[in-house]
Amino acid sequence: MPVPVPTRQAVAAPSGRWVPVMLPVLVVVGTILLLWYAGAVGLNAPQVTERLNNAGNPWGWSDLVSAAWAMERPVLPAPHQVALDFYRSLVDHDIDNPRNLLFHAGVTLSATLLGFGLGLLLGVVLAVGVVHSPVLDRGLLPWIIASQTIPILAIAPMAVVVLGSLGYPPLVSKAVISMYLCFFPIVIGMVKGLRSPEVLQMDLMRTYSASRPQLLWLLRLPAAVPFLFASAKVAIAASLVGAIVGELPTGAQAGLGARLLQGSYFGQTVQIWSALVMASLLGVALVGLVSLAERATARLMGTRP
Amino acid sequence: MTGAVNSAVNVNAGTDARTGAGTGAGTNLSATDPAAMSATVNMNAGMRQSGFALGAVAVFAALMALSTWILLQVHGSGPRAQDTPALWLALAVWAVLAGLMLNRLALLQQPKPLRLLAPGLLGAALLFIWEVGVVGWNVPRVLLPAPHAVAQALVTRWEVLWPDFQQTAIAVLAGYAIGCGAGLAAALLCDRVDFLRRGLLPLAGLAGAVPIVGIAPIMVMWFGFDWHSKAAVAAVVTFFPMLVNTLAGLAATDAMHRDLMRTYAASHNATLAKLRLPGALPFIFNALKINSTLALISAIVAEFFGSPIYGLGFRISAEVARMNVDVVWAAITLSALAGSLFYGLIALMERGLTFWHPSYRQ
Repeated sequence: MPVPVPTRQAVAAPSGRWVPVMLPVLVVVGTILLLWYAGAVGLNAPQVTERLNNAGNPWGWSDLVSAAWAMERPVLPAPHQVALDFYRSLVDHDIDNPRNLLFHAGVTLSATLLGFGLGLLLGVVLAVGVVHSPVLDRGLLPWIIASQTIPILAIAPMAVVVLGSLGYPPLVSKAVISMYLCFFPIVIGMVKGLRSPEVLQMDLMRTYSASRPQLLWLLRLPAAVPFLFASAKVAIAASLVGAIVGELPTGAQAGLGARLLQGSYFGQTVQIWSALVMASLLGVALVGLVSLAERATARLMGTRP
Repeated sequence: MTGAVNSAVNVNAGTDARTGAGTGAGTNLSATDPAAMSATVNMNAGMRQSGFALGAVAVFAALMALSTWILLQVHGSGPRAQDTPALWLALAVWAVLAGLMLNRLALLQQPKPLRLLAPGLLGAALLFIWEVGVVGWNVPRVLLPAPHAVAQALVTRWEVLWPDFQQTAIAVLAGYAIGCGAGLAAALLCDRVDFLRRGLLPLAGLAGAVPIVGIAPIMVMWFGFDWHSKAAVAAVVTFFPMLVNTLAGLAATDAMHRDLMRTYAASHNATLAKLRLPGALPFIFNALKINSTLALISAIVAEFFGSPIYGLGFRISAEVARMNVDVVWAAITLSALAGSLFYGLIALMERGLTFWHPSYRQ
């Protein structure tokens, strides 16, 4: 899992230079869309030709293409089919209707946020412990790092089943998986951040005869804030993955992961793709929210003019 | 990550070392420099510490044996609910003693192998507490099997688990190779064509926020139930970290180094092969390490969406449904061991190829 180090260099381009920044992105996105449409024709062609031949009428290229882009259960749906399905699911149904994607997104979001909160808490507590105790530092930190080579998502189904049989709601079991995935980047980032004050600053605090809690609260924690946010961006994306995978087993009825699984059982490819779009939008929005919080905090702390 | 572990000398010890070395005024002597510590430790102390460590390990083992014996005495053949206070007491005493010992051991840094002692013993202690706790409190097997049950399942079900492992390993290795190779190739292409880099990099950054594992059902639909679909998922998942890291690595060379290459009239390709790619190696290895776990996870998750009747992911979901939790844990242990081994191999390769990097210099 990447452990980002915050940098000072601003990524925002000066205003008025949107064209040179956006043009390459738009060209690449356009190329991908073109390839996608071409791929939709290519991948759906075998089924489409079979159907057209069965219909018995003579058919040409244009028939093939338009049929390939309008199949009900395509191998690869065309982008506009996905977009239409996505839009329909938002507009045609009430928000508490299981056919509305926002309903599923809400279910997944609650588990994601709960897991993120728990992971944040666990990560910060562990990091503070690691910074202050040699045992945790030398003994536990290597295990925390090793724990990430365990494909923990593999125990997601088990955690859901076991915690479910103990009477916990699925929300909790999904959140536990999310928590496991997202505490790690937080621990690593926070340990780095809590150690980031320079010797000179630490010495100054000591000349003030600051106690260890004061040292933590007044110097180490403020110094760790940029590291915390950099880690939180990785962690919240990981948390979303955990929540979605947590919904795969046990035949859950609600959530984006359940939607993916149902789509895969019934061959509803368009439904899978629109659930994927929703999941991607959710992920981007969550990371964006963390970035916004980062900026607001930076302004409050006066680190950025 | 290794940086975080290596710089694990706390600030108090650092300042002690500084005064000890007699360079009190030097702020340039970093508090997190292990060399400053080792300078003050003479050979004699090293010998004494080795002796202490050996003794500590012996005491640790004796403690474990003693508390096991006490437990067996208390419990006889099987655990009973009314014995839990005794169990609490035994575990508490044991934990306090082990904690004190670990506290001393964690400060030992000098002969290098001793650094492995604290994490090793802590791991053993956690495993021991798990075992004693699960057996002692009679935790339901469904909730958490004891380590010995997991080991037993690993041995007795080996004929089933080994083909599972092979099936998943093929998918992981194939997907890993394809994904990392494609990511590297794409990064080199982006390096050549700047327009492509400016178009692809923001999208690759966005991909970090997207749960890519979700494409698993689509890949299963496209490539069938066998390992090919799992390899496809692993390939897509590993592509983006490789692309982003390699591009960052290729941009990481010093302007001075690039200028030097220019004074040699080196061509673009020569600069790439002799300066920028070697310079990017730490970043590439970072991606290889991240990807080693990502590939394993995504292959296992992809198996939840449909697989032949073997494969670690299939085994896990099938045995969960039958509540054979010890087999599930055995499968997880197997994949964790394989994952750690994979990660360790890459880390060894990294050490061999990027020996010049500051984080490995003595």
